[in-house]
Amino acid sequence: MSDSFEPVLIGFTCNWCSYRAADLAGTARVKYPPNIRLLRLMCSGRLDPTFVLKALASGADGVLITGCHPGECHYLEQNYKALRRYLLLRRMLAQMGIEPERVKLVWASAAEGVKLAQEITDMVEEIRALGPLNWPQRHNGAALHADEKAVKEGTA
Amino acid sequence: MSANGKPKFAMYWAAGCGGCEIAVLNIHEKILDVDANFEVVFWPVAMDAKYQDVEAMPDGSITLTLFDGGIRNSENEMIARLLRRKSQILVAFGACACQGGIPGLANLSTPESLFAAVYDGISTDSQGVRPQAVWQVPEGELHIPEFYPTLKTLAQVVPVDYFMPGCPPEPHQIAAVVDLVIQALHGQAELPPPGSTIGAGYSTVCDECQRARSVKHIRAFERIQHLNHIDPALCLLEQGLPCNGPATRSGCGALCPLAGAPCIGCYGPAEGVLDCGARLLSAFASVVDGSTPEEIERCLDGIPDPAGQVYRFSLANSLLGGGKAAGDDEEAEQELSYEAAYHD
Ligand code: SF4
Ligand code: SF4
Ligand code: FES
Repeated sequence: MSDSFEPVLIGFTCNWCSYRAADLAGTARVKYPPNIRLLRLMCSGRLDPTFVLKALASGADGVLITGCHPGECHYLEQNYKALRRYLLLRRMLAQMGIEPERVKLVWASAAEGVKLAQEITDMVEEIRALGPLNWPQRHNGAALHADEKAVKEGTA
Repeated sequence: MSANGKPKFAMYWAAGCGGCEIAVLNIHEKILDVDANFEVVFWPVAMDAKYQDVEAMPDGSITLTLFDGGIRNSENEMIARLLRRKSQILVAFGACACQGGIPGLANLSTPESLFAAVYDGISTDSQGVRPQAVWQVPEGELHIPEFYPTLKTLAQVVPVDYFMPGCPPEPHQIAAVVDLVIQALHGQAELPPPGSTIGAGYSTVCDECQRARSVKHIRAFERIQHLNHIDPALCLLEQGLPCNGPATRSGCGALCPLAGAPCIGCYGPAEGVLDCGARLLSAFASVVDGSTPEEIERCLDGIPDPAGQVYRFSLANSLLGGGKAAGDDEEAEQELSYEAAYHD
């Protein structure tokens, strides 16, 4: 893979834990690579697998899902739900030929800024080694047609 | 309008099983209304026709065209473009034209592995033979349609006016659409806005299903033949059978759960569902009992083919559209090795 490849990662964070962990990493000046774009959800239980598929289909090279440690979710059990969805999604992505390194689930409490920064750094390097996913080029924009309502007017 | 003043009708069978064609004939005496109100100008299953005849028609001269099947080869695409040009109303008819349908599942495989299954399998004695798009014979050059790397839906190739889902669409729904178009032609009704789904509902099969939902968790997914007893009144998903009702568009009247079999999703994603498979992954994962990865994995072992389960009819129109290696033979072996590694 050429040295110029900079992976693009999408990171889903939980408002109560991993988002604060990332914040903490920032205020503590712990460095992590800028390759990840963090998005805040109220809870990992809000993570619809559609978000992950859409990220990959739109050109992301990997997706990191984060949430509170088991037993510590602010909405009681929603992170278990996230775990169940993730494990099933992972099986399906394997059938699609998507390397397991590209979609990960990590628990990180609000105090674990250093740990989260390390997880992000490791994941960026793993994906750099795998190379780009290039999904939009692969499927010739099929994904962009997924919404049937996006029908163009007029005739071909 | 043709010489006899009737609007023109066409139907075409692309990459699909042809069940949609039978379904149109299955509308019983309503077919007489089709005949009374339309002049059938092109319908290869029902009457002799040549592509040149269609090419000779003025653009936009066919009032209504039903197109069933997906786009698997260059001939499918050529006819899709031709009929688009000649038709005022082009309907993607049935699961394959709308969502890719069963043939769309081939988007998990490479063309070479598909050919290997068909031409090197036990059903032929022509081992190693592969179709050639161009072939030289003493008389000259022979051409057959070119096989595409993946299957596409009709709307991925040409603009589509309406989508009519189902595998095949239910006869009463077809009859209702025929009625609507006839009324619209007489100025007695208005057609829905272009891009609409017609001949189906807006919510989910679960919404139409009479089975009661009560429990929130299940310990194992089962295959139907392994269950000793199926409760006739209880939701099948709650009895451990993966049922695609939660994400599938209503319109059939929940036929399959009514008959005791899980919905396999032939009506495609419900209104507002961007990706049928993702929605079903969520629905299935939500009922799994277990908190440790080990417990959860054990339960998930009961769904041996998740992609085939959740995208049975909608893979070609899903966000990912298919597997990574579809249409790319070089990546095929790699893909198999990931899967093997996963199952170790
Ligand atoms: S999951 Fe299936 S059986 Fe259960 S309510 Fe929905 S359609 Fe009916
Ligand atoms: S229940 Fe599901 S699979 Fe059966 S006809 Fe209805 S939509 Fe199709
Ligand atoms: S609140 Fe953090 S995972 Fe639920």
